[in-house]
Amino acid sequence: MPRYALRVNGRASTVDCWDPGEPLLYVLRNKLGLHGAKFGCGLGQCGACTVLIDGRAARSCMTPVSQAVGRAITTIEGLGTPERPDPLEAAFITEQAAQCGYCTSGMIMAAKSLLQQTSHPTPDQVKQALAANICRCGTHTRILNAVLRVAKA
Amino acid sequence: MTSTAFNKRGAPPPRFNALRATPFGLAAPLRGAAFSVTRRDFLRTGGVVVVGFAVGGGWPRRSGAQPSPGTIAGRSLDPRDVDSFLAIQTDGSVTIYTSKVDVGTGLRIAMSQMAAEELGIPIDRITVVEGDTALTPDQGGTGGSTGIPRGAVEVRQAAATAREALLTLGAEHLKRAPADLTLDGGEVRPVSGGPGVAIATLVGGKRLSLRVNPKAPLKDPTRYAVVGKPLLRPDVPAKCTGQHTYVQDHTVPGMLHARVIRPPAIGATLVSVDESSVRNLPGVRVVRIESFLAVVADDEWAAVRAARTMKATWSEWSGLPGSEGLDRHVRQSAVERDEVLVNRGNPSRDRPDVKRLTATYWWPCQSHASIGPSCAIADFRAEGTTIWTATQGTHGMRASFSRVFGIPADKLRVIYLDGSGSYGGNGNDDVAADALLLSKTLARPVRVQWMRQDEHGWDPKGPPQLLDVGGGIDAQGRIVDWETQMWVPVTVPGGRPLLGVDAAAIPQPHGQSSGNISQNGDPPYAASSVRVVVHWLKQTPLRPSNLRAPGKIGNVFAVESFTDELAAAAGIDAVEFRVRGLTDPRALDVIKRAAAMIGWQSRPSPNPRPAGGTRLVGRGMAYARYKQAENYVAMAMDVEVDRSTGRILVRRVACAHDCGLVINPDGLRNQIEGSIVQTLSRALREEVTFDRSRVTSVDWASYPVLRFPEAPGVEVALIDRPTLPPFGAGEASTAPVAAALGNAVFDATGVRLRAVPFTPERVKA
Ligand code: FES
Ligand code: FES
Repeated sequence: MPRYALRVNGRASTVDCWDPGEPLLYVLRNKLGLHGAKFGCGLGQCGACTVLIDGRAARSCMTPVSQAVGRAITTIEGLGTPERPDPLEAAFITEQAAQCGYCTSGMIMAAKSLLQQTSHPTPDQVKQALAANICRCGTHTRILNAVLRVAKA
Repeated sequence: MTSTAFNKRGAPPPRFNALRATPFGLAAPLRGAAFSVTRRDFLRTGGVVVVGFAVGGGWPRRSGAQPSPGTIAGRSLDPRDVDSFLAIQTDGSVTIYTSKVDVGTGLRIAMSQMAAEELGIPIDRITVVEGDTALTPDQGGTGGSTGIPRGAVEVRQAAATAREALLTLGAEHLKRAPADLTLDGGEVRPVSGGPGVAIATLVGGKRLSLRVNPKAPLKDPTRYAVVGKPLLRPDVPAKCTGQHTYVQDHTVPGMLHARVIRPPAIGATLVSVDESSVRNLPGVRVVRIESFLAVVADDEWAAVRAARTMKATWSEWSGLPGSEGLDRHVRQSAVERDEVLVNRGNPSRDRPDVKRLTATYWWPCQSHASIGPSCAIADFRAEGTTIWTATQGTHGMRASFSRVFGIPADKLRVIYLDGSGSYGGNGNDDVAADALLLSKTLARPVRVQWMRQDEHGWDPKGPPQLLDVGGGIDAQGRIVDWETQMWVPVTVPGGRPLLGVDAAAIPQPHGQSSGNISQNGDPPYAASSVRVVVHWLKQTPLRPSNLRAPGKIGNVFAVESFTDELAAAAGIDAVEFRVRGLTDPRALDVIKRAAAMIGWQSRPSPNPRPAGGTRLVGRGMAYARYKQAENYVAMAMDVEVDRSTGRILVRRVACAHDCGLVINPDGLRNQIEGSIVQTLSRALREEVTFDRSRVTSVDWASYPVLRFPEAPGVEVALIDRPTLPPFGAGEASTAPVAAALGNAVFDATGVRLRAVPFTPERVKA
């Protein structure tokens, strides 16, 4: 079975995938045990699967494993922990910016990408950056506030 | 050759190996009638067929997970027992047991606060076990906003009973009168100070063996220290760091991944399967039980690919009316019976001083549209079967699955794990049935997750609602002769049919229910006469279920829009008109509060000076008392409408909300904000479309929802009533949203929107 060398959250690992087209999302979840990125649509429409690839938000459901080789992949597990959250995660916790929370990891990764490029975005910039991420629970106000909390800091 | 795909010898079978059984003989197919069949046999026979290609050898025998008994010795589940709800552990921590589950609603923390208050223990010493049929008493499913008023209130009463018992035990231990003692910091202590005794010392690890005393006194609300505080929800840190285990993340040793292949037409039956179409995918097995078709593999991606690649032939079916012109179809649908729900006052048909109006309102079929497709794991074992699910009704699932699958209830354990928000009855129950069907067939733990098109296409839907409203106003602007007629599907007893079970031709009840969809059809305002008639329809095109605030959103949309129409016809300001018709001070409080928050200026609608150019602005108000018996909610909205594009921009939403006692104000706000934004999405965007055969809105492009650029600012005012009972808050604030929005659009444009969704075409029309 073909073998792929990946670098996820700063750590090197190899995975065996019978299909070079297997989306990174399935590899992360099932082969590396990283469940933070979620399956939402598999169509690139919802953002639940968002991770960072070379620092940019990317849809792991649309990224074949073969194209993830040699690139720096960051999942939400690479940020912080419940005990020591990273500042953006901490802002989400402070704002209680989750209901079911199924969208949350994708939101945080999309916002992380934005903040790495624009450290002080306006509310409109945040809304545009998150426009492709769906929250069905309607937690938008809080998510926006959480991102702006970091943007202002 | 009698080996099957499950043997340890890896020889590829000459054709394929299969197993058959009748649907009710599934119990041990692998050890039972295993034999190979030819393709012709496969086509000819019904029953179960499992086809394996055994690439690289068979599957390992299952191992690992301990059998899960359906019941646990010594654990009371009797809702009359305090021990069913509470356990005081040896370390003095407390475990709460409840069948009400926290579907992202903040129930966990609120319930803990109520128990902590009665038990006098720090909140962080409490853990909550939810929705586990082996551990939690049956307090009913999580729906109808009953988590707090039933679930948490029952836990609170058990805690109050425990408090009395602990004070009595403490009194013996400390040799003091119970009246001199209090419970605080996990101890029974003298009120006057001095050493106390830990509750762990008194009962830690032991059962209380007490009946819940419905009269056990509750703590005086003026002394609340924990209830009313915006404490943080315990699940949020893990949710914000990717550490929270959802049902989608749960794994069981030896678990297989499956995908179910649904037919291209809802009522189609499976004619034939071309199993060679998935033959070159690794380790994929095909399972067919009558028209139930699934692919199973060790590797999830292989199952996904197989489901996509699989070639199957289905019968033709075109039994749907199509969503185009569905309102006409609903009006002409067969009626089971008519019911007069409200009939008060005497109609005064011929008064010449009355200006009469009629209007028709339409709420389309909508999907729960959970962002994470439904998922479940089932592990069927003769000694005890376990299902992990995000269902909102674990106990109900056990009862129905026990009957349908012939598993004794005490050998079936249903365990709740958080899922993606489900807002009522999404695909969770169906996917659990899929998983159990497969686990029972394969004698392996099986995880099924639906794909996006499954969730959008096959979740049971919020049914369409058609309403005719008529009424008048007299010269003084008073409401005369209100009549609401509604056309909605009748409730048929019995569970909702499970998709997989029907496909597998296993007998099951074919009930029909969408929750209490006829509530809130009458205006809350004074009127000379009010009549509400329900035309209960025999059927509705797509399988219905309870979608958040069932029926109330559509009914309040009609009632509060029509109220606005009457106010406009009378030339009276919309807030003034409502206030005149109400006497309940709690109703008046929320309306006045919401109006003040939005900066309401009193004048009739439409707005005489709606800004300049094509951009028109307006404000709208709507009010509802949820179920005419619970929360008071008023909502004011400020909108901008672009007349050239028909685009509505909601600029601000102000909501005043009174649900009685407020347990956790931040959790409550979160629910209200979410209710508002989600319902704006439903009002602005959402409609399930279907042709004669199938649902055609099967992803986020064909079933668009509100996204960040359209998300408005939402302001919420909570009116706390500490001495009144608490109502739930997961639904009530959804009810006035669409009407407040439609009323604001009317104020801005003079265009009355009577059909949801408020698409640009409808705004421009
Ligand atoms: S799961 Fe990747 S965008 Fe929806
Ligand atoms: S919090 Fe549930 S989808 Fe966003």
